Amino acid sequence: MTSILKTENVHLYYGEKEALHGFDIEFEQNEITALIGPSGCGKSTFLRCLNRMNDLRNNTTVTGSFKIGDRDIYAPTTDMTELRKEIGMVFQQPNPFPFSVYDNVAYGLRIAGVKDKKVLDEVVEKSLKQAAVWDEVKDDLNKNALSFSGGQQQRICIARVLAVKPKIILMDEPTSALDPISSAKIEDTLLELKKDFTIIIVTHNMQQASRIADKTAFMLNGDLIEYNKTSKMFLNPDKQQTSDYLNGEFG
Amino acid sequence: MEINKKILMPSKETRQERFGRTLSFISISAIVVLVALILYFIISKGISTFTDNHVNLWDFISRQDWSPSTIGKDGKPEVGALPMIVTSFSVTFLSALLATPFAIAAGIYMTVIGPKKSRGFLQTVIELLVGIPSVVYGFIGLTIIVPIVRTLFGGTGFGILSATLVLFVMVLPTITSLTVDSLNAVPKHLSEASLALGATRWQTIYKVILRSATPGILTAIIFGMARAFGEALAVQMVIGNAILMPKNLITPSSTLTSQLTTGIGNTVMGTLGNNALWSLALVLLLMSLFFNILVKLIGKRGKF
Ligand SMILES: Nc1ncnc2c1ncn2[C@@H]1O[C@H](COP(=O)(O)OP(=O)(O)O)[C@@H](O)[C@H]1O
Ligand SMILES: [Mg+2]
Repeated sequence: MTSILKTENVHLYYGEKEALHGFDIEFEQNEITALIGPSGCGKSTFLRCLNRMNDLRNNTTVTGSFKIGDRDIYAPTTDMTELRKEIGMVFQQPNPFPFSVYDNVAYGLRIAGVKDKKVLDEVVEKSLKQAAVWDEVKDDLNKNALSFSGGQQQRICIARVLAVKPKIILMDEPTSALDPISSAKIEDTLLELKKDFTIIIVTHNMQQASRIADKTAFMLNGDLIEYNKTSKMFLNPDKQQTSDYLNGEFG
Repeated sequence: MEINKKILMPSKETRQERFGRTLSFISISAIVVLVALILYFIISKGISTFTDNHVNLWDFISRQDWSPSTIGKDGKPEVGALPMIVTSFSVTFLSALLATPFAIAAGIYMTVIGPKKSRGFLQTVIELLVGIPSVVYGFIGLTIIVPIVRTLFGGTGFGILSATLVLFVMVLPTITSLTVDSLNAVPKHLSEASLALGATRWQTIYKVILRSATPGILTAIIFGMARAFGEALAVQMVIGNAILMPKNLITPSSTLTSQLTTGIGNTVMGTLGNNALWSLALVLLLMSLFFNILVKLIGKRGKF
């Protein structure tokens, strides 16, 4: 196993309020890591540090070290657009652009200056196939992405991220707005995708974490309580707090 | 017995609702009747030029001589509205064309890139501009724009150029405020998605925000054009009011509206001179109908 992303001593402040209190974690390549924990414990906040989406919010201060390989994510020389092409993100609510399916998936390439129709066609098809939505949209590539179901929209959004060929994909509760069948499809897709990508997924659904994640991190009030192999964590957690949470004692 | 009576009698709330419903029904009916009457009046008056005075419809929209009260060379009165139609469309399109880039730039500044404080300031300025009466714009145009145009381009200074500049200032707030609305309506999560894909801020503005807001911006432009097309007073003060085919942007000419305001006091009801003006009004009515339909069509096509 090779480590791909490592953070040390991460503190994050929203104004005066500290939302993350010294967070050390290391993610392995081609694995799915789940972040679980009660609502408001800082899962989204941490995830948004990794591709610097928190920079968009006023009043946030981040300290600590974030390394992808041996590069520092927060180094002043970091090119934000390159970073975000390397670390993609899928959001909680499916958020396709109000354009055609094709234009959605081709977006990342086009902003990078790719104009060759053949390249675009190939990447669009491949990405939609990887996201397991090709069969459902292949005849309607010119239809507005918003005319599809929520589950299809979310997989179009996943394809849109895949088209950029990121190394790491961050997902913030990608199935929480979807029905169980769509969620199951997306879970299957993720298991396929981990061959080529590294996935860090926030979920409030513990069954989901146990089904798909190789490792699971349990967070509470801005602290990392336990980080372990998923099988170990769910069967025999090291910490009392983890066991309480998994047994539904709080949260 | 008591209970029975209570249930069968309409309650206070029911009576209140009936009263309210009747009241709003009466108001709506009054409005509908009023609109219908106005439409009937304009249409019947407007077509009497063609039905009663036997003016050829084609002559009306294609000929360039306008003197409905006198007999022309061929023994018939001259009722050619083409110069006014051309001038009306010219000032409308030119002012919208000029105002749109400014409106979009201001809209982006106010919704995406500007600091919060200056947004409020600009909002106030725009509301102020909307509230200024047209005669004030016309007066400013007459005392400032016309002399400047005269010095820069020669001629009298009256004409399409001056009217365009005055209308530009008048439609700018309309187009800007509607553009701001449509930019604000673009969901924030779309910009986030774009930035998370590695787009720069400008790429996001240009390829996601503006593109998503396009139907709304088109609607804004059409509302601006409708305002420009219908503006009478301010235009009348700077256009020169000569019913001539405009040869360039600085010769005096006349729009449909300016001819209406100029002529309506000098004609007698029921004569051709008067009816011909009603026909101009009918053209205006049809155009505003057309603008309305256009807005509806665009609204139907661009929904999130
Ligand atoms: N933009 C923000 N400004 C201030 N506080 C915030 C902001 N976003 C989140 N928080 C706070 O930070 C904490 C962590 O939130 P979040 O990361 O969204 O939790 P989770 O995703 O685990 O539910 C919460 O207490 C929340 O209220
Ligand atoms: Mg969250």
